[in-house]
Amino acid sequence: MSDKKPISSVNDFVVRFANVNGSGSASANEMFARAILRHGVPVSPRNIFPSNIQGLPTWYEVRVTEDGHLGARGGVDMMVAMNPQTWDKDVAGIEPGGYLFYDSTKPMPSTKFRDDITVIGVPLTAITNSTYTDPRQRQLFKNIIYLGALSALLEMDPKLIEQLIGEQYKGKEKLLSSNVHALHLGRDWALQNLKCPIGLRVKKSDKVGDRIFIEGNSAAALGAVYGGATVCAWYPITPSSSVAEAFTAHCKKYRHDPETGKAKYAIVQGEDELASIGIVIGASWNGARAFTATSGPGISLMTEFIGLSYFAEIPAVIMNIQRAGPSTGMPTRTQQCDIIACAYASHGDTKHVLLFPEDPAEAFEFAAAAFDLAERLQTTIFLMLDLDIGMNHRLCRPLKWDDAKQYDRGKVMTEEMLEEGRDFGRYLDVDGDGIPYRTYPGTHPTKGSYFTRGTSRDRYARYSEEGSVYADNMQRLVRKFETAQDLVPRPLQANAERPTKYGVIYFGSTSPAMDEAISMLEARGHQLDRLRIRAFPFHSSVASFLAEHDFVYVVEQNRDAQLRQLIVNENGIDPVRLVPIVHYDGSPITARFIAKAIGDHQDHLKVTPLRKAVS
Amino acid sequence: MTYIAKPKFHHPGLKKNDLGYTHRDYEGKISTLCAGCGHDSITASIIEACYELSIEPHRVAKISGIGCSSKTPDYFLGNSHGFNSVHGRMPSVLTGANLANRDLIYLGVSGDGDSASIGFGQFAHSIRRGVNMTYIVENNGVYGLTKGQFSATADRGSKSKKGVTNTDNAIDLVAIALQLGATFVARSFSGDKTQLVPLIAAAIRHKGASFIDVISPCIAFNNHAGSTKSFDYVREHNDAVNRLDVLVGRDPIAVDYAPGTVQMVEQHDGSKIALRKIDADYDPHDRLGAQTFLARHAAKGQIVTGLLYVDPDAEDLHEHLDTVETPLNTLEADTLCPGSAVLDKINASLR
Repeated sequence: MSDKKPISSVNDFVVRFANVNGSGSASANEMFARAILRHGVPVSPRNIFPSNIQGLPTWYEVRVTEDGHLGARGGVDMMVAMNPQTWDKDVAGIEPGGYLFYDSTKPMPSTKFRDDITVIGVPLTAITNSTYTDPRQRQLFKNIIYLGALSALLEMDPKLIEQLIGEQYKGKEKLLSSNVHALHLGRDWALQNLKCPIGLRVKKSDKVGDRIFIEGNSAAALGAVYGGATVCAWYPITPSSSVAEAFTAHCKKYRHDPETGKAKYAIVQGEDELASIGIVIGASWNGARAFTATSGPGISLMTEFIGLSYFAEIPAVIMNIQRAGPSTGMPTRTQQCDIIACAYASHGDTKHVLLFPEDPAEAFEFAAAAFDLAERLQTTIFLMLDLDIGMNHRLCRPLKWDDAKQYDRGKVMTEEMLEEGRDFGRYLDVDGDGIPYRTYPGTHPTKGSYFTRGTSRDRYARYSEEGSVYADNMQRLVRKFETAQDLVPRPLQANAERPTKYGVIYFGSTSPAMDEAISMLEARGHQLDRLRIRAFPFHSSVASFLAEHDFVYVVEQNRDAQLRQLIVNENGIDPVRLVPIVHYDGSPITARFIAKAIGDHQDHLKVTPLRKAVS
Repeated sequence: MTYIAKPKFHHPGLKKNDLGYTHRDYEGKISTLCAGCGHDSITASIIEACYELSIEPHRVAKISGIGCSSKTPDYFLGNSHGFNSVHGRMPSVLTGANLANRDLIYLGVSGDGDSASIGFGQFAHSIRRGVNMTYIVENNGVYGLTKGQFSATADRGSKSKKGVTNTDNAIDLVAIALQLGATFVARSFSGDKTQLVPLIAAAIRHKGASFIDVISPCIAFNNHAGSTKSFDYVREHNDAVNRLDVLVGRDPIAVDYAPGTVQMVEQHDGSKIALRKIDADYDPHDRLGAQTFLARHAAKGQIVTGLLYVDPDAEDLHEHLDTVETPLNTLEADTLCPGSAVLDKINASLR
């Protein structure tokens, strides 16, 4: 029927599952992704879900990528259309030559299909209804049955899927055997009634290596455990809740006193975001490592306390899992849109340290490092994740930890130091780096106590409204921020094969799409040096990179080019030389989008001299 | 927050407590509040209570929000760490500090503007969590720093200094604290040191959320006819259910008590509260009874003072969370970090 040749591809295609939220499809879809990984083929899955519990459309996309491109690709090669509500949109989204997999129990009019795709019908409802009587079982096993059918169509090894089911239902024999049975129901039906395999195929490979498959939020939570966080206060908000939930799970496993069984941590679900950051600040003031996890709306609420943290110089770690804003925005869609809100959070002159991990491995490392930075700098540190990294599984290098590492507790004056007669001024810059010493409450009977407040004070923490005293303090805070430049993760630069006057700056979850876009651009003849920014304040190498290139593209996932604004603001650079490449519809940025936007601009630059000559 | 330095001279013969500290060791900076402010009397009572309990001043963390009352921690326990946080947020900061180091004593000082308006939620949640603290509200029913607006605890029908009648209902923080499960609830009057000092001492010894509402007349904006938080009004309408004494393993503190029955309440740490009951029918172990008693007297325009409720076997937040006895802020990498071997196993489980 198809008037276009079916797509033929091994280990390089995109499958999208269209389901109804709450139908129990998530575990089957994730198992599909994991099964491909077990074939040694990299995958990059993404949840696309509504802000809703049940009933609304949800999608799960699996990019199968032998070349290891982990960014979203765009386009769908095979649609598993299980949601009548979104049928038309789902069918329309299939690439020409692609495949439509659907439940063919009820006949559909021909107008509901396309001529340029291959339609594969499996009577899923009929199969499940003939096997199961319980309505919930019918719903759940239908998902496993389509997984079985797909395994036949894509030529996947069923033993690897059985192995996964075995791991998932270890110790639950009844569930294990019934899931395996359902898998083979679908697989056998496909093998007997369809032409298997189709053009899309999974072939065993060795491209996964020792990489791990983990969500960014879970990795960040693990980083907090390794980084020594003992107090976590949080308030549920999508997409950050799983950070605190994972931290709780990790702590339950790894953080109990072996003798007493008591917890070496305290986790409080606050009444709101204000209380959560307040608890973090109180705990940090008293010498514990503390953090909260939230998203943009939570940052808005926490802003007053963030200003206090900056001015009173109290450590705090905030993990901001960004979602589309402003206001409630799109709670379950991704963006990198809180850059300005976090960099300058609160009234008055403030600047805050931001860390931009690109994947779960860096989320782990940066989360652990955030606690060292917070205590060293005595200020708020933002770990800037986003939904795309935070709530999706990513293939990344294994997490690593150096057992010789000790925590950097920063400048803390001890009872012994006070006894020695060291001059303690809470806001005294003894080392010229802008960072003063602090004392923990209860340190010494007569020395080292001070009054913490958000009002102006002198170097010895004495309340003062003297203009010169205030200015002195504010200048020291600038010095401290300059010190931070050399403590935060440095940008990573990679140069094009040939010298070029064009560069590109990007950060965070844009990374995998950027890597792929670079090779696509090279194929079009465009050479670009690239700089991945990993933290704010910007290291001096950012200014150098800007100076070395005529034009620098800044790729980001928000409307107003917020990182570009920050670069312009902090470096005093001519904005014309920074070209914004922005993507902000709530979906993850793709290599196709970046390559087209930059490529088109590059082409435009090439004709500019001609246009000038004409005018 | 004063520009005036306190004289260092003091009488060499000042009385010392068990630790060898004098009253001066429990003082702070000179108050900058208005002369005659009720808050200064509360400060004096805190100093007295800490002196009598022989508390090491530096083992106290004093935390407040913003406002006249929240300035007062600067005026007592000068060798303690203080924290003047942000408006209405004292409870969360105190909760975090308490989680970090369970070994210190936590004094939360707040005002009616601080706790009954912007901080109403934080007040409520710190109480219901059972944070081990002494939460004192210095309650004058008026915003002093912004010159005389009604606060949320101002009684309906009471008048401002400008003669405006308050038409909003008042929030009774004591009633709320009782409802939320505070395990030590008291009300007192800043002008009644005899009652207030042992109340503060007992609250400090209490393990769990202790709440004391202290009516503290604002001399500048709420001490006039028509105010229900003035010195005269409170004196005339004060209905004390009991007076008390705190015994901490040494001689009872000598205070002049009104006659009545005596009830001993032993707290978790062995300290005892000797309750001299003025109202013989009042049972401070009956939470529901206390709520009814309060409501009945409030309807008559009476201000009930004394220890209104106590649960001597209270648990605190650390017990709810089952945290280790060692303060969390002293734990280091060797005990907190699971190490690379565990991480290798985690990695293996993620393939």
